Amino acid sequence: MSQPSHREMIERLMTTRPHFAEAIAYLASLDAGLGEAADGPRRRWDHDLIAGLVPAGCRVLDIGCGDGELLLKLRAEKQVRAQGIERDTELALKAVENGVPVVQMDVDHGLDGVPDDSFDYVVLEETLQTVGRPQVALREMLRVGRVGIVSFPNFGNWWVRTQLLIEGRMPMTPRFPFTWHSTPNIHVLTVRDFEAWCEAESVVIQQAWAYAEGEYHELIPADNVLAEEAVFVIGRAATNV
Amino acid sequence: MSDPVDARPTKAKKPIDPPDSPRSVGWTRPRQALLADAARPLPLDCGVTIAPVTVEYETYGEISPAKDNAILIFHALSGDAHVAGWDATWEESGRAWRAKRVGWWDEMIGPGKAFDTSRYFVICANVLGSCYGTTGPTSPNPVSGEPYGLSFPVVTVGDWVRLQVRLLDHLGIDKLLAAAGGSLGGQQVIELGLAYPERVAGCIVLAASPRLSTQGLAFNYVARHAITNDPHFVAGDYYGTDATPDRGLGIARMLGHITYLSETSMAAKFGRRWQEGDGPGYGFDIEFEVESYLNYQAQAFSERFDANSYLYITKAMDYYDAATSLGGGDLAAACAVAQGQWLICSFTSDWLYPPAACRELVHGLMAGGKPVSYVNIESSYGHDAFLLEVETVDRLVRGFLKGVA
Repeated sequence: MSQPSHREMIERLMTTRPHFAEAIAYLASLDAGLGEAADGPRRRWDHDLIAGLVPAGCRVLDIGCGDGELLLKLRAEKQVRAQGIERDTELALKAVENGVPVVQMDVDHGLDGVPDDSFDYVVLEETLQTVGRPQVALREMLRVGRVGIVSFPNFGNWWVRTQLLIEGRMPMTPRFPFTWHSTPNIHVLTVRDFEAWCEAESVVIQQAWAYAEGEYHELIPADNVLAEEAVFVIGRAATNV
Repeated sequence: MSDPVDARPTKAKKPIDPPDSPRSVGWTRPRQALLADAARPLPLDCGVTIAPVTVEYETYGEISPAKDNAILIFHALSGDAHVAGWDATWEESGRAWRAKRVGWWDEMIGPGKAFDTSRYFVICANVLGSCYGTTGPTSPNPVSGEPYGLSFPVVTVGDWVRLQVRLLDHLGIDKLLAAAGGSLGGQQVIELGLAYPERVAGCIVLAASPRLSTQGLAFNYVARHAITNDPHFVAGDYYGTDATPDRGLGIARMLGHITYLSETSMAAKFGRRWQEGDGPGYGFDIEFEVESYLNYQAQAFSERFDANSYLYITKAMDYYDAATSLGGGDLAAACAVAQGQWLICSFTSDWLYPPAACRELVHGLMAGGKPVSYVNIESSYGHDAFLLEVETVDRLVRGFLKGVA
């Protein structure tokens, strides 16, 4: 499915009125506590997906591991050798409190000290769009790991597009719940942007999934507009999994 | 490195747990163990052996039947084995400065505290060459019967840890649940974890790097220079005289204190306030508050510390270089043998063991694929932060021990 025209977008908006109404209601509910509503059950879909992907006992590095939630799950379910990286002090403290090994460092400065191929899987979950140098993060993850798992909110989603198109305001959705001035999402991207980057960098997309309207499926071309979030499994050109 | 009470710059004092508090280990009594004698002397890195060696140590809590709940705490430059509680023996041992003072890391060690003595068996021993009960320059040289003075052999962090391992053997502990220390104490944790990886499950390194910076070497040199140039030093042979090199030791301590604080913490605590009056006296007496503080610290320290011990301990600190002694110059190679888990913690305003230097160890361990936790804590307290940022360090230690246990 090719990218819909603006006219098609607006038609789609009208035919999906319940969702649009939901979006309006959600926006209205956003007060000072921006962002809080974005967390919750939705995080689990990619956690479950990732837990299904990684083989038992492998070495996993989670870049931007937060409080270590994903690594805890992977360690419990897959007995992985877990290591986290987190730039925020409070989150790193929480990860230590959760018993997850975490090194406070900022991937924007590269992963100095982490040797090539020292991990089987490197996860960049909901982090890519927040880093200062996303290309450094992606290249570093494929340097230190064999396989990269990248998830990000899709800025090409129809909900985002229509808000910018119709309201002329920076979009605020459950996936992008921040005002333009408070957002940590400084390098937003679309599914298509990511695919294009992989092609330009000779990075192989091994698998990809999209999450839309409460469920996930293998990525299809229409997901550049439909997906709220996407998960890509990537590797270096010569890598076989 | 620093004295916990003396050095407390600006942080509001936490309530101290009295000996009858349920959170205090209560009254403590140091113990001594003969860990080297003529039949089994302690080999030293400098090439000689030493005997006899007595070690003073304290323990808190109960050892489990499997002896798997032991945690070894290492003290820093001016510290001692009295890490928690109240010394019941201060009078008989003549350690008057302990009369109203709780152990140096009491906030972290006790029932319900981060190093929970209702669960863990906590040990702390005084280092070789110090002056708090373990054999050192003040001890009699078995050849002459006189105090060693400068005939005491130069000791290293490696020697200290070798001796601590003998203490573990003496106590029947094969493997520690954890070892922890800050500053020079942290360097002993590094040494233990890399030289005896099979002896410890969790290593907690606070405000310490695998080697001291050039700047650190320079400060220590000036400190020793002050001592050795004191007219009362007389080549370290001042025992039994009524004049000891207090001025030199005091200057060394003042210099030390400056390195334990930060520009911000000194400004916050003293500013440019006058000790007396509200303007200059146009002379060279103590005028600023910061001068008065340093002078007080110098005096208090020379009453409780031995100048020769200061020389030996700073020398051990200077020599320590884990990459060279354990990895042929390559820290990653030294770290390759590491087992278990590591927690490394630096403090943003620490200029004695700066964060970048602490990260060298993190990188060394990561290079070997070791699981490692590292946090760089935002603090304005300089090097002393490892003793002052109790809330954060408490959280880290509790969480880390949960993962190790």
